[in-house]
Amino acid sequence: MKVAITTQDNDIDALVDPRFGRAAWFIIVDPESEEWTAVDNRANADAGGGAGVQAGTIVADQGVGAVITGNVGPNAHRTLAAAGVSVYQAGNGVTAREALRRYKAQELPVVTTPTVAGHWS
Amino acid sequence: MLRIAVASGKGGTGKTTLAVNLAALLADQGHGVRLLDADVEEPDCHLFLHPHDESSAPVDVLIPVVDDARCTACRVCADVCAFNAITVIGSSVLVFPELCHSCGACPLLCPESALHEESRTTGQVRRGTVDRPGASFELVTGVLTVGEAKPVPVTKAVRAAGEREGADVVLVDAPPGTSCPVIESVRGADLVVLVTEPTPFGLNDLRLAVEMVRALGLRAVVAINRAGVGDDRTLRYCEEEGLEVVLELPDDRRIAEAYSRGELLVDALPELRQLFESMWRRIVNAVTAQEVRP
Repeated sequence: MKVAITTQDNDIDALVDPRFGRAAWFIIVDPESEEWTAVDNRANADAGGGAGVQAGTIVADQGVGAVITGNVGPNAHRTLAAAGVSVYQAGNGVTAREALRRYKAQELPVVTTPTVAGHWS
Repeated sequence: MLRIAVASGKGGTGKTTLAVNLAALLADQGHGVRLLDADVEEPDCHLFLHPHDESSAPVDVLIPVVDDARCTACRVCADVCAFNAITVIGSSVLVFPELCHSCGACPLLCPESALHEESRTTGQVRRGTVDRPGASFELVTGVLTVGEAKPVPVTKAVRAAGEREGADVVLVDAPPGTSCPVIESVRGADLVVLVTEPTPFGLNDLRLAVEMVRALGLRAVVAINRAGVGDDRTLRYCEEEGLEVVLELPDDRRIAEAYSRGELLVDALPELRQLFESMWRRIVNAVTAQEVRP
């Protein structure tokens, strides 16, 4: 099942963006074939509020089974949980390609609760 | 009815100090004054004024509730929502009440009539009486429930309470900054008194506040607190911008001490009364000049 990785640029060799809702890009990748596409989230990254909800909806619509990111807030967490999408934390300073390798090696911690508080505007 | 809002870009400049002392002074002078504490995230006028016989009314907002049996997951609601407060995941609708601005668009536009609105309490409006020697006045306080994210509905309820009969002067103690709750607090004011301190931080935030007030088509005057600290850049700025300085409250340890004891300056330091009296005359003159302007 496809995986969404939050990234700072539209490339699988870009660094993982530690923010979920306000990540610049999502790399949607098939872990088997490693074929990937990039989904632009920059418009949502500037949203006044509810970025986590919108980002959660975008990746759910991509039909992914998992998200690899840094942190998820309460609204993103609720949206992803409703979509049945698992959340994994990539850690700092790794590229999406490296995060994918660690995910396939089952080295990434899974997130079962929001990792940060909401960012109310 | 004269409506005067007390606001500031920077926090901690003395909005509440100015508002509570002016309210007390006006009540002492025989004015029918009503003070609105619109800093609903941290209302503090009551600490200086000790209102009694308080009543409290809830502030409710409307949020959408989905009827799953009627919903076809068509996404009209999610698409129309400007705040991402409602979304569709698979066949289910998720509502995020803390993000909802209660605009009513989603229930209005739902083609299946699968959404209705239910009310949710996000704060309170308290009304109490403040006694002065030989007079009394009303304090209206907005209180946003701790944990709630959106103060504006409570601010609106406070302002609505201010419109009631029975006062010839309504003073509004606004929150700091230049964001939505501030704009809602100063809306409709005949004059906005911007409180600042003569420091670089104070001046920077004063500029932002002046821009906000002008964008709203309102007129501002400036009150300088802790006059004597910092430099003269604030005074120069006011002169350049044609902003009248209606009060210069000196930087005086006795003022800080009275404040820290929760005392009103007009009581603890009666010699300061004339500064507030003079400020009020300037405020009235500024409003009057505005009215006769062609």
